[in-house]
Amino acid sequence: MIQVKNISKSFSGVEILNDISFVFEKGKTNLIIGKSGSGKSVLTKCIVGLLEPDIGGVFYDDIKFSSLKSHDKKKVRKQIGMLFQGSALFDSLSVEENVAFPLRMFTKMTEDEIFERVNFCLKRVNILNKNSLYPSEISGGMQKRVAIARAISMKPKYLFCDEPNSGLDPVTAIVIDELIQELTKEYEMTTIVITHDMNSVLEIGENILFIDGGVKKWEGSKDEILDVKVKELYDFVYVSKFLQKMKK
Amino acid sequence: MIRNLGKYMFMLYHIFFKPEKFSVYWRRFLDEVVQLGVKSLFIVSLMSAFMGAVLVIQTATAIESAWIPDYTVGFTIKQSMLLEFCPTIISLILAGKVGSNIASELGTMRVTEQIDALEVMGVNSIGYLVGPKILAALFIFPIVIMYSMFFGFFGGGLVCYFTEIIPVKQYILGIRYFSEDNFVFIRYALTKTIVFAFIITSISSYYGYYLKGGALEVGKASTNAVVYSSIFILFANYILTQLMLI
Repeated sequence: MIQVKNISKSFSGVEILNDISFVFEKGKTNLIIGKSGSGKSVLTKCIVGLLEPDIGGVFYDDIKFSSLKSHDKKKVRKQIGMLFQGSALFDSLSVEENVAFPLRMFTKMTEDEIFERVNFCLKRVNILNKNSLYPSEISGGMQKRVAIARAISMKPKYLFCDEPNSGLDPVTAIVIDELIQELTKEYEMTTIVITHDMNSVLEIGENILFIDGGVKKWEGSKDEILDVKVKELYDFVYVSKFLQKMKK
Repeated sequence: MIRNLGKYMFMLYHIFFKPEKFSVYWRRFLDEVVQLGVKSLFIVSLMSAFMGAVLVIQTATAIESAWIPDYTVGFTIKQSMLLEFCPTIISLILAGKVGSNIASELGTMRVTEQIDALEVMGVNSIGYLVGPKILAALFIFPIVIMYSMFFGFFGGGLVCYFTEIIPVKQYILGIRYFSEDNFVFIRYALTKTIVFAFIITSISSYYGYYLKGGALEVGKASTNAVVYSSIFILFANYILTQLMLI
């Protein structure tokens, strides 16, 4: 479980996040949704410690992460897997080396054990016979799946996915969404997905936080979101004419 | 200015943190030795050979006199190559080649969130990315410069052999003349090289690592890395020369 309490963050006097509190539950796909520029990525960066919140705190289970020293933060970070918007695979490393990277860096596993774990993770995300290829030699959807394989290679307790299906076709996007949800259940992880894709919301949104203009406007689940009365969220959900017709 | 200096010092401070795993850093160091040094050998040998060749022709033409012995040409080439051309000019060329490479590599990693990915994993990204580059340059650049010295003399020798502008024997005699001072000159050249290696890699890493923006800024960072590395090399060259030779 990850909890954020009263988080506020400003840049050069401009308030990006204002007093956000939320509980991201274990074993569920927790979604942070909102329009572009609403503060989703800043909130995520505050949670993973890439940014320091001005006010408030981030708790990983019972540990107040935001007030830990750099050395102690590293211990928590080893339990975090993250899928970045652009995959963020290391260009100079092959698919296999990318997935093996955290294992080589942080474990005392032998090369055979690493090889076995890498192949297991790649097989789990349905990437076969691509071990020696470089990120630039595989498609965007494959890059996302390799990045997921890298994120789960250390068996993390927390998984972050920043717009996991941006730039992907609808079919591949659903495959990625389903994969994230399956892995969340399989490893009992606390998964946080940042998205503005309504298909993802309706597919995997078990626990949803909606933010608008840096303020928390709504929380609930995918079953409740279609009957929502909050204007900002209603406008966000029913932005397409198709959904508006369906609603009528 | 002070803010930039502070960030630069902060970066240098983080290089000395204990590596997460020594074997991974060692592999990075070896990769960087190849990337920064071995892959520069071709351009360095080409530049040095032609520099030596041109210097021989220019010097021989300039001091053509019955009163000045032929070996003076060899001696002058030795002094020029050891003291200035190899350490400084080759370092300026390396600032262009290696500096822009480092800044664009780290800048692209920043833009594509690869550095953020390292940080989220719990890796000291400065130690992992910048540290091996600086250490590799400190190790390999002096070797590259000695290689450059050899090719500089060799290029000059080839000109003497093919054009007979001065006899090859006289050229070699000139190079070996006053050889008791060679140790001082080589020590001076290598000291300069080590300082220049640090300047090139640290300044270029700084511009790449702290890049903000997109592809356009990667280009700007690359240019800034080369410009500022070159300026600081020239500045350090003057200071070191005054300190070590006067």
